Amino acid sequence: MPNKVIVKNLNFFYGKSQALFENNIEIKEKKITAVIGPSGCGKSTHLRTYNRIFELYRNQSATGEILIDGENILDPGVDVLELRRKVGMIFQKPTPFPMSVYENVAYPIRLHFKLSKSEIAQRVEESLIGASLWDEVKDKLHHSGLALSGGQQQRLCIARAIATRPEIVLMDEPTSAIDPIATLKIEELLIHLKKQFTILIVTHNMQQAARVSDYTCFFYKGQIMEYNVTNDIFTNPQNKKTEEYITGRFG
Amino acid sequence: MFATDNIFKTICLICAGLVGLLMIGFFVQLALSSVGAWKEFGLSFLWSSEWDPVDEKFGALPSIIGTLLTTFIALVIALPLSFVSAFYLVDLPGAIGKILSQALDLLATIPSIIYGMWGLFILAPVMQTHVQPFMVDTLRLGKVPIVGRFLGEDYNGFGFFTAGLILALMILPYICAIMRDIFAMTPPMLRESAYGVGCTKWETAKDIVVRYGIRGLLGGVFIGLGRALGETMAVLFVIGNMTQMPSALFDSGTTIAATLANNFPEAAGIQQSVLFALGLILLIMSFGIQVFAQWYLNSTSAKRGEER
Amino acid sequence: MVFKLHKRETRRGTLTQKQMNSQFNQTEHQAKRRPLRFRKWKDKLVRLFSIFSITLAVGGMAWILFTVISNGLSVIDFKFLTQPSKPYGIPDNGIANALIGTLLITLGAAALSVPPAIAGGIYLSEFGKYSKVGHFIRFSANVMMGIPSVIVGLFVYIILVIPTGSFSGFAGSVALAIIMFPLVMRTTEDMLAMVPYTLRESALALGMTRARTTLCIVARAAKNGLLTGILLGLARVSGETAPLLFTALFSDSWPTEFFSQPTANMPVLITEYATNSPFEEMHAAGWGAALIITLVVLLINIFTRIMFRTRHAK
Repeated sequence: MPNKVIVKNLNFFYGKSQALFENNIEIKEKKITAVIGPSGCGKSTHLRTYNRIFELYRNQSATGEILIDGENILDPGVDVLELRRKVGMIFQKPTPFPMSVYENVAYPIRLHFKLSKSEIAQRVEESLIGASLWDEVKDKLHHSGLALSGGQQQRLCIARAIATRPEIVLMDEPTSAIDPIATLKIEELLIHLKKQFTILIVTHNMQQAARVSDYTCFFYKGQIMEYNVTNDIFTNPQNKKTEEYITGRFG
Repeated sequence: MFATDNIFKTICLICAGLVGLLMIGFFVQLALSSVGAWKEFGLSFLWSSEWDPVDEKFGALPSIIGTLLTTFIALVIALPLSFVSAFYLVDLPGAIGKILSQALDLLATIPSIIYGMWGLFILAPVMQTHVQPFMVDTLRLGKVPIVGRFLGEDYNGFGFFTAGLILALMILPYICAIMRDIFAMTPPMLRESAYGVGCTKWETAKDIVVRYGIRGLLGGVFIGLGRALGETMAVLFVIGNMTQMPSALFDSGTTIAATLANNFPEAAGIQQSVLFALGLILLIMSFGIQVFAQWYLNSTSAKRGEER
Repeated sequence: MVFKLHKRETRRGTLTQKQMNSQFNQTEHQAKRRPLRFRKWKDKLVRLFSIFSITLAVGGMAWILFTVISNGLSVIDFKFLTQPSKPYGIPDNGIANALIGTLLITLGAAALSVPPAIAGGIYLSEFGKYSKVGHFIRFSANVMMGIPSVIVGLFVYIILVIPTGSFSGFAGSVALAIIMFPLVMRTTEDMLAMVPYTLRESALALGMTRARTTLCIVARAAKNGLLTGILLGLARVSGETAPLLFTALFSDSWPTEFFSQPTANMPVLITEYATNSPFEEMHAAGWGAALIITLVVLLINIFTRIMFRTRHAK
């Protein structure tokens, strides 16, 4: 199985305090990799380096290498706009843009592509189908995206993220603000999406990690303690910390 | 429960209610005092452009148009400037951003008479000797068909354009401060998701943040509008104080507030009543704008409440 | 068309593996990309524009301050500060009467407006927080804060100057008080609202009356905040000119007849000297007065900021 992302010696700093220590990991292409660990362990921080979104904040910095298809994206010469097209991101809470459902998906397309109206309409439809939201919103494409339910909003954000045809989709606890039924729907969707995208999902819900992911990576205090096929991590953890965490002794 | 509590509460309520009483009192008193003018000239006072103290013929139109024109110039200049300033000030690194923000806030506290004096002794001469000749003669804007018509070819440093400039400088910090608040209260996650789909900073600002905070931004604009509309001293010193219909931007003219301050000392009889009528018009205009502004700002704070 | 979808299948909401893969036709994908360069240029351009506009605003302020200081500083001396103003040509012209007049008028405004404003603020924060009356009062206070000060001048002229038949410093105080009132009321409300609710509850639990709790516990906890509000209100009105033109007017004498005669004050002195006099000496005196007013206003503002920040830092 080819590696999509190879992370080498990644260190991360909030000002002077270090949050990630020498992270090394290889993310498999078109698989779902779950990132688990107690809160504050650096799992979100790790994820946020992949599209350099952390650069919005002045005191945050990363060292080391993150190779996506062999290219080190931490290199200052890399175009972040293009990087962020290639690496989509979903956040803890649904963040639909304050515009219509249709515009939410069309906006990033227009940002990155020069397409005719009908081509855009088609891509919007594709993306909404891809996020299995089309049937629910096809009659209210021009209503506000904020009028949808929480689960629908999150799927709208997924549609928005895949509309630019990314290769990697980062999900930072995407179901933490969503009710269980909507969560199930999103988990089903993830299984579909991995046929096309490499997915990283940060979750604090171990059942979720076990249900959806192919690989699981356990973070503890900014370090990657264990990284393996999901099944092995949950049935036969090698590291004592991992075992303690997944059996619920802390976290 | 306690008798003292009820008395205390009633006293407080009466004091708070004073503000409402004052507001109503403004309308009532100005309306009563301007009855003479309305009887004499009727509603046509609003669109008559005559102003002849000797014959005692008065119309409000030159002052109204002048007020709208200076306010418009001020807004056209101040809006884009304060918008980009606010957006980038919010994100400037710690110390510099804070110092600049504080400096702008202080700019807002300088009394308007200081602006007026600076305008009279510094800006107006600079306009006359440098800016206006440059615009009219060097750039030859005066000869460009439509633009030239708007600018006018005669200039002496005073007039609508200079007044608009000063007003722009005065309202900029106000609008900027409100916009800064709106930008700062945009949820960070929404901004991040805009950057996350590959927006530049400017695209994030104009496409996402503006839409999110549009009502608050409009509220800020209205606050600035209200200030520019009623500003007296800064305008009085540089507008030229000619009660005539404006024909070009470089013309001298007047605004309602400037007319009031300029003519009140000598006014008596019907002219005083006319000035009260002008005051009533200004009160109604700025009252309407304030009500709008508060309505818009309230609705954003309600939205902010939901977010929490 | 590569991306053509079969409608029947799309309705089901999922795509087949083959169709998903078909989306990645790389050549077409690249051909239709929007060039990043223009978007980045635009971004840089706006950034430049923002630097320009911030510079313009701050530079404008610096220019104004520089003008006021450079013109005003040379005039200010002991005589200037201790002699009353005199008509042009009489030596030893000063601004002492205007300084005292402004002090009287502003302090009078504070005396008139602060007590009811604080009581009103207490009502808004302690009793009428969510009531309809409270909302209405808050709304009208906000509206009143935006009403042009020249209107306030007209209003006070009607209710005070016409009935008493004379301009007076007191009328000026009333006008400034009307401007200060909603300002202080709203800051009082905000400051009281910042006092934690548990403090009120624990005082009430001791059996104190609501009135006592508010005045002795809550207001005391918010003391610095209230002071800030009052100082900011004072700073705001001490430079107000337009309302004084209709109320206090001006005089060259000492402000001895505060309640019945026109009273000297700084803003109107500046107006008079700047606009109604062709003489350089008068202009210079105007700059001197302008410098003093500006310094006072700025210093009060800076002081309150520092005071408020240190209180917050605790």
